[in-house]
Amino acid sequence: MDGFPILTVMLAVPLVAAIACLFLDAVSARWTALGATLINLGLGIVLWLGYDIGGAQWQFIERAELFAGFSYALGIDGIALMLIVLSVFLMPICILASWEAIQKRVGEYMAAFLLMELLMIGVFAAQDMFLFYIFFEAGLIPMYLIIGIWGGDNRIYASYKFFLYTLLGSVLMLIAMLWMVNQAGTTDIPTLMNYDFPPAAQTWLWLAFFASFAVKMPMWPVHTWLPDAHVQAPTAGSVILAGVLLKMGGYGFIRFSLPMFPEASAQFVWLILGLSMVAVVVTSLIALVQHDMKKLIAYSSVAHMAIVTAGLFAFNVQGLEGAMIMMLSHGLVSGALFLCVGIIYDQLHTREIDRYGGLAINMPKYALFFLLFTMASIGLPGTSGFVAEFLSLAGVYEVSSTATFVLTTGIILGAGYMLYLYRRVAFGEQKNADAAAMKDLSVREWLMLGPIAAAVLWMGIYPESFLAPMRADIAALDARISRAAPQGDAKLVAGEPREGIANEMPETEHNAEGAH
Amino acid sequence: MEFANSFYFTAPEVGLTVSGLILLLVAAFVGQKTTRLITILAVAALFGAAAFTGNLLTNSAFELGADAWGGLYRMDAFGSFAKILIYLATIGCLIVTPKFFEQTAEYRAEYPILMLFGAVGMGMMVSASDLMTLYIGLELSSLSSYVLASFIRSDMRSAEAGLKYFVLGALASGILLYGMSLIYGFTGSTSYIGIRTALEGGVSAGSMFGIVFLLAGLAFKISAVPFHMWTPDVYEGAPTPVTAFFSTAPKVAAIAMTMRMALDPFGGQIEIWQQIVIFAALASIIVGALGAIGQENLKRLLAYSSINNVGFILIGLAAGTEQSASAMLVYLAIYVAMSLGSFVALLMLRDNDGNQLETFADISGLSVTRPALAWCLLALMFSLAGIPPLLGFWGKFVVFQAAVEADMILLAAIGIAASVIGAFYYIKFIKVMFFDKPADVVVAEKSSARWVVLGLCVLFISPLGYLATLKLGEFADRAASALFFII
Repeated sequence: MDGFPILTVMLAVPLVAAIACLFLDAVSARWTALGATLINLGLGIVLWLGYDIGGAQWQFIERAELFAGFSYALGIDGIALMLIVLSVFLMPICILASWEAIQKRVGEYMAAFLLMELLMIGVFAAQDMFLFYIFFEAGLIPMYLIIGIWGGDNRIYASYKFFLYTLLGSVLMLIAMLWMVNQAGTTDIPTLMNYDFPPAAQTWLWLAFFASFAVKMPMWPVHTWLPDAHVQAPTAGSVILAGVLLKMGGYGFIRFSLPMFPEASAQFVWLILGLSMVAVVVTSLIALVQHDMKKLIAYSSVAHMAIVTAGLFAFNVQGLEGAMIMMLSHGLVSGALFLCVGIIYDQLHTREIDRYGGLAINMPKYALFFLLFTMASIGLPGTSGFVAEFLSLAGVYEVSSTATFVLTTGIILGAGYMLYLYRRVAFGEQKNADAAAMKDLSVREWLMLGPIAAAVLWMGIYPESFLAPMRADIAALDARISRAAPQGDAKLVAGEPREGIANEMPETEHNAEGAH
Repeated sequence: MEFANSFYFTAPEVGLTVSGLILLLVAAFVGQKTTRLITILAVAALFGAAAFTGNLLTNSAFELGADAWGGLYRMDAFGSFAKILIYLATIGCLIVTPKFFEQTAEYRAEYPILMLFGAVGMGMMVSASDLMTLYIGLELSSLSSYVLASFIRSDMRSAEAGLKYFVLGALASGILLYGMSLIYGFTGSTSYIGIRTALEGGVSAGSMFGIVFLLAGLAFKISAVPFHMWTPDVYEGAPTPVTAFFSTAPKVAAIAMTMRMALDPFGGQIEIWQQIVIFAALASIIVGALGAIGQENLKRLLAYSSINNVGFILIGLAAGTEQSASAMLVYLAIYVAMSLGSFVALLMLRDNDGNQLETFADISGLSVTRPALAWCLLALMFSLAGIPPLLGFWGKFVVFQAAVEADMILLAAIGIAASVIGAFYYIKFIKVMFFDKPADVVVAEKSSARWVVLGLCVLFISPLGYLATLKLGEFADRAASALFFII
């Protein structure tokens, strides 16, 4: 693997395919896009397999001094690796989801998606702060086009809102970055992650970064662009938005805010926890009263992302790991839920919950998948959602039991709105003849939902595969920020370690007999 | 020797003047048959001047620059950098012009000749190191511009634009001249070095008035708020190729002249003009952004966009450091490409009858009917809005970086936040072209010359342009250090 610039290749493949798609007709554009995303998925798997767990913190490093003021520097750690794998995993599924739903201007659509993939990988792989910013910000262009050209009826409003909201958030971050680079004299992210900025300046810098990441996340109360964007975007657009774009906010917190400004992060713990608590409760309640399926899932995303932010700012390993798993899990689960909505939307062309009912009768396979993802969203043990919520909340508990209490109600409310949604869509009587006549999953739809379902179960049953690459990086981050960790109210006391293992069976006669 | 050197250093201007005069005679005696030939020769002359200036910029023998004509004129990297931009922009504008007048057959040989004289004037503006040279250059370029603005004699709007430009331009020249006379009266010198030396002891109230008047006159020339009112009217009324010219070459010249003026003779008194420039910068950004929002006419919209861009460039001037001067030059280079590209794309919007289209309604759904043109415009608009990965972002980036390094964080923060307002109307452009129903009135453009100019501009502002940032930054640094060399 040495010397092969795999990250650059992962950027180049979608770029080349995107340019090709612009000039191709609909059918070849679809196949080209699928081919390119599958190649990238293959490269992503190679990347994962080639990643040396326990090796150097930054691997697959590439560097070239191509530009004035910043350099073309790529490299990943375990955290970036998992997010890249998530992106390349979701992309072929997105292309499949758009296979029949998109009929106009297919070449341009595929090109926009491939560019999106390029930019997402770039964001997670960039090791230069300005290169990161360019990738981070450039994502606005394809997403604006995806929402605006292929979106629903109110797409213009949604695309404007998406664009201007996120742009306003990130320009302030740029000023903060300029100041930091001026102060530290380098644009190298790994170096900056260990640079101690004066605490007084950290406050301002943290707020500037917060403005960007909070909008991207999105955190309450700057989340309002998300339901609009989700509802209007085409299915695959929603999947990418929920699956990967929202993760850029969380990635930003974990890569910039926490390691670069530990003191300021500690100072603002209660801002984050407060906003997260409000977000969980308020958006869950809003989700309960939605009539539009996509809107409901969009609000549930805000609630889940609030658990991510709370976990991140718990300043301990459980919280950070939980937040990361939550991001991965939410990427899969909410993506899958949007796909589920898309599948029935493609047939009936409405997202109105009341128009459906009793789908379990005529679409049993669909109902099964939908149930699995509903349960994963709620956090049923055995699915990825449980691991994510448990770890995050265990982390938050060390900081504040009150916050944990409020955040946990979100899970109950989450069960409420998700089960209520499922009951209305899949159970009950078949109110409408057209909904009752819908066909069950096609092979293409199997190919979309099957891999996600497998990944959700894998992450729920054996999360170690996903935690292992990140362990060293999260430990390093925890060590970096521990000096500023806030005093928790849990007052955990380490007890006397017992002798022998906890589940050791007492030496009884019966047991001895069994040993024969 | 001194004399020969002076000729050598001013060769681009001398050469262009001579070519202009000869071509004028040819046009006068041979008549309008030669229009095409004269255009080609004018372009060739400008190419020659650009190449010669390029040599002056890159040749290490001239690194320190030199005075010509007894200190009236200064040849240095700064002037050369600006002049190359001016010449290239003028060439670009000349190439795309003839087709525009095809319909009305109003293209005459005076057009390229006026452009040539304008280029001479602009070259003098950026190289002047004496108020007298500066004023002569300024008037030479302004008078050419007035005539060009009203070049379509049959069009009322064009005539009105020319008249408006002339009256307001003359007023601005008057203000500028009054400022110069005050400066001369209170410092006893018209040369930049003389003024600087005289002001070293402190600024009297009279010279301060002079500085303020000078800045007001210059603000008019670069169309900075609050002296911007003429811009939308003139841009809308003038023939589109002339508007393309106005928004590029004269703008570069005026901004470069302002930079030299502010940083050389008044470079020791930054605190006096700094707040004026800060106000003008922020006001230009905000007014330029807000004014554009309600516009239906694309030329008017781009006029406001140019006001907006001047605001960003002035942020660099407000910082007043060598690095910020370099950033301004980088921004100028990128701005010229974006502006020229946008206007060339506008030129390509013609309907079946050959009428020029210039409203939002006409470009509705352009991405379906004319995809290549629409994608070029998309890149240009996102670039003007400063969205990465297009090169327009890099221009804003270096300017804000310079401001942050000069510890003007608040200015940078307000400026960049206001840029979001500007993004609103740039993305409206995209929205109309890509999201709306096709109007299908624009016919395909066949002129390959226009496609070449547009293609080059788009290529430069595309992400590939970042590969040029190293070289561009190096030249801009050299030019900026030449500007600060006198000190």
